[in-house]
Amino acid sequence: MKAAVLTFPGSNCDRDLAEGFRQAGASVEMVWHKETALPSGLDIIGIPGGFSFGDYLRCGAIAARSPICNAVVEFANKGGHVLGICNGFQVLCETGLLPGVLMRNAALKFVCRQQKLTVATSLSPYTSKYRKGSEIVIPIAHHDGNYSASGDVVTQLESEDRIAFRYAGNPNGSVADIAGVLSENRRVLGMMPHPERAVSKAHGNTGGAAMFTSLLEQMQTA
Amino acid sequence: MKAKVHVMLKNGVLDPQGEAVRHALGTLGFDGVEGVRQGKVIELDLADGTTEATVAEMCEKLLANTVIESYSIEMV
Repeated sequence: MKAAVLTFPGSNCDRDLAEGFRQAGASVEMVWHKETALPSGLDIIGIPGGFSFGDYLRCGAIAARSPICNAVVEFANKGGHVLGICNGFQVLCETGLLPGVLMRNAALKFVCRQQKLTVATSLSPYTSKYRKGSEIVIPIAHHDGNYSASGDVVTQLESEDRIAFRYAGNPNGSVADIAGVLSENRRVLGMMPHPERAVSKAHGNTGGAAMFTSLLEQMQTA
Repeated sequence: MKAKVHVMLKNGVLDPQGEAVRHALGTLGFDGVEGVRQGKVIELDLADGTTEATVAEMCEKLLANTVIESYSIEMV
C-alpha cells in the first residue's frame, strides 16, 4: 500500500498519520500543499488534522483551494481513496467531496478527550475489520466538529449506510451523532476522531489500529 | 474600487456564537435582545472594472460556504 500524507501550514497530525499508515505496512510520501501533482502509484491520500492556514475564513476553506487539493479531488473522482481526519474532514467538506459542513462545537468549547464511538457500518474499506455496532474509543481534539447537514442529506446518508461512526455521547452537537461519513462510492472517509492517535500500546489505546489494517487488507486484495 | 461582502449564516442554521453574545448582553443588563446573529464583513480592494458578477463568483468559490452561509455584495 502506498500512501501520501498532505502537509499544510498549520497541519500538526501529519507525521502521526504517516506513522499510522506505516505501522499497517504502507510506504508513505509526505506532500507539501504547493505541489500540483501527487506521487504516482498511490493507493490512498491522508489529509491530516491540525489548523491549516490558522483556520482563517473557515476551518479547512483555504486548504481546500490549495494547489494540491485540485489533484486530490481529481484522484477521488477517479475512484481513489482519501482519508481526512479532523481538519482533514473539514477540508474534504470544503472541497465538496463529502456533504455537509463542520461548525463550531455547540458548547463553543474546544473538546479534547477519549471519546466512545459506535461503528455504524463495517461495509467500507476503512471499517471492514470492525464489527458493526461495536463500541470503540478514539481520541477527539477539536473546536469545530459540529457536523451539520440538511435533513435531506442526513436521510440520504442514513439510507445509503454512509455514516461510518457515531458518537456515543455527543461531544459537539453533531446532527444525528455523526462522527464520520463516507462518500457515495465509500472510498472517501472524513471523521473528526483521531484513529492515528490510537494505534500503539504507547498511545494507551489501540482502538484505531483496525482502520489501518482494514485499509491494508483492502489494498492487498484489490 | 471596493466591494463589501457580507457573509451570514442562513436562517435556520443554529448560531451558537450569536447565542453566546445574546446571553452576554443580557448579563450586562440589556434586556429585550431577542436574537443575535454573527456574520462577517469582507472588504475587497478591486481593480477598476471588476464586475459584481466576478465578486459573486468569489463568494461562491471561496468567501462563503453556501451550504450554511448566504452572502450579499455591496459595490462601493
